[in-house]
Amino acid sequence: MATGMSIAGRGLARRFGPRWALAGLDVDIAPGELIGLTGPNGSGKSTLLRLLATALRADAGWLKLDGQDAWGERSELRPAIALASHATGLWDDLSAAENLGVWARMSGVAPDVIAQLRRVGLDPDRRDPIRTFSAGMKRRLALARLFLRRPRLALLDEPSTALDVNGRFLVRGLIEELISSGTTVVVATHHREELDGASVRWMALQDGRAA
Amino acid sequence: MRPPSKAERAAYAIGLVLLIVGHGLALFWVPPERMMGEVGRILYVHVPAAWLSLVAYTISFGAAVGFLFTGRRSMDHTAVASAEAGVVLNALLLATGSLFARPTWGVWWTWDPRLTSSAVMWLTFVGVLLLRSVVHDPERRATWSAVSTVMAYVNIPITYFSVQMWRSIHQVQSNPGTMDSDMVFVLRFNAFAVLFLLLGWLGTGRRIAASIDARESAPPLESP
Amino acid sequence: MTGLFGVLRREALLEWRRPGRWSSLVFFSAAVVLLVAFASPSEAALREQAGGTFWVAILLASTRAVDQAWQVDLENGALEALVLWPVEPAVLFYAKVLALTATLTTVALATGPLILGMYDAPLRGDVGTLLLLLVTGCAGLAAPATLLGAMTAQARGASVLLPLLLFPLVVPALLAAAKGTSVLLEGDPMGQAPAWLGILVTFTALHWSLGGLLFGRIVEDG
Repeated sequence: MATGMSIAGRGLARRFGPRWALAGLDVDIAPGELIGLTGPNGSGKSTLLRLLATALRADAGWLKLDGQDAWGERSELRPAIALASHATGLWDDLSAAENLGVWARMSGVAPDVIAQLRRVGLDPDRRDPIRTFSAGMKRRLALARLFLRRPRLALLDEPSTALDVNGRFLVRGLIEELISSGTTVVVATHHREELDGASVRWMALQDGRAA
Repeated sequence: MRPPSKAERAAYAIGLVLLIVGHGLALFWVPPERMMGEVGRILYVHVPAAWLSLVAYTISFGAAVGFLFTGRRSMDHTAVASAEAGVVLNALLLATGSLFARPTWGVWWTWDPRLTSSAVMWLTFVGVLLLRSVVHDPERRATWSAVSTVMAYVNIPITYFSVQMWRSIHQVQSNPGTMDSDMVFVLRFNAFAVLFLLLGWLGTGRRIAASIDARESAPPLESP
Repeated sequence: MTGLFGVLRREALLEWRRPGRWSSLVFFSAAVVLLVAFASPSEAALREQAGGTFWVAILLASTRAVDQAWQVDLENGALEALVLWPVEPAVLFYAKVLALTATLTTVALATGPLILGMYDAPLRGDVGTLLLLLVTGCAGLAAPATLLGAMTAQARGASVLLPLLLFPLVVPALLAAAKGTSVLLEGDPMGQAPAWLGILVTFTALHWSLGGLLFGRIVEDG
């Protein structure tokens, strides 16, 4: 069983042009913890997730994942991190199965495509080009992509967006599965009730700082 | 914007004095060119512009490589300032080349290898500056323009070589050995004049680039 | 270079699933061939220009091709997802360049006979050398086009800049490919083709190396 990643950061800051999206934030997350990230639009939730995903480099402060410098060691850390952002990372011309197959092959894992599609309820539509899919279906497929590998740090940016009631159950199920396998999970959300009942630690952001 | 430094003012002053003296020498002291007559005097603008545009591009390339290794924004400011100076000098070289071609060969443009490669070089660096103008994030702008500057500069020799092979019919490159020593002296004198003006310009250009950067980047964080 | 095969397979699959992408490029270059004929003063001039016109058509098509190739990866953020998967930037670059080389070669192979027929150009030279020149030329154009296209496709409204950045940069490649093709069509009586091929190979080697080194800086943050 994979253990989760530990996260430690001090004074994390990141600017975009004239704006500080994160303006000096400290984070400490233990392996296997479930963190709920809240805060109004533009408070820095997505930026924090992208920093944790090593998609961005911090302009100030430092960030360590498992004790390693996040940006410096990004090629080693990345295979163990899954970021579900607003962008799905899918190709519209390919079918659902082809999309997952492409991602699986690029990581060298045996394509366990059908099982993943069944898990997110898309196996009946697996042969259709996903340009015919609804936003919710694409969202499910995007989640399935991230579970082709077992992540040790899962970062979910408003995972329930565009999902129906069943989809939300699905997300909830995935999060519980991740937690029970020891993965560290950070979920940015506007709806606290999404994580009701789970042992979640809440972090609130405001203007790029801890609120 | 920061006020100009003493060195910058001095470079402009020296450059201006040298330029006036140099052009006086070029217009009144040096005897007319044997083959081309009075028209040949345009070479005293053309050749220094050609030399110094290459110097400016070289500085830009060095600063771009420096930026890619260190990530220091001041390197980017130097790179853009010298690329701009290079483009202006390069334009001057093309314009004077064209003015020179008309009375000499009866055409406004000649596909001479050096002139043609300079035109290509000019377009390449204009492209770099245009790319800068469409990227809004200062960090990304600096990186992308460094990448495109490196590509543009590294391409210069192969461009020159291929164009020369394409047009291997033109006049042999004049070098100091085949020229009158007075002419060489004035050419070098004027080149120094332009060099000092270039240095002054680099100072100004760096200050402008720094102020644009400061305006478009968030101010340093105050401690919480 | 691990994973190059997987990434290449993806490029092939994407092309395969939308054949309209490369077939439209063939028609695009055919249109250029036709237009140049209307702009040409005489059929003799047309015949002499066949090699140059051919490469101008390929170059114009390459700007469309590379823009499409990056759009596909930018639509849903696949480029960032690839970088985070992680696919090494150099692997990503070479896969893209190889795919573009294949696309351009396809376009070239379709445009070649067209130009030979329509312009009544001779074909006296060695076809093997001509094909080598053709593939090298496409590979040479593909590398700088891929690198510059990655930038112009990402910046909003910058795709119009791609030709402006690309054209002056590929002058040596265009010159060498066009001249090499012209002399080969004539049977290379002066034996100039190897020299032009040499320039083309140098250009290609230069930009393939440069691209592999620099591409990471374009797709990674800062």
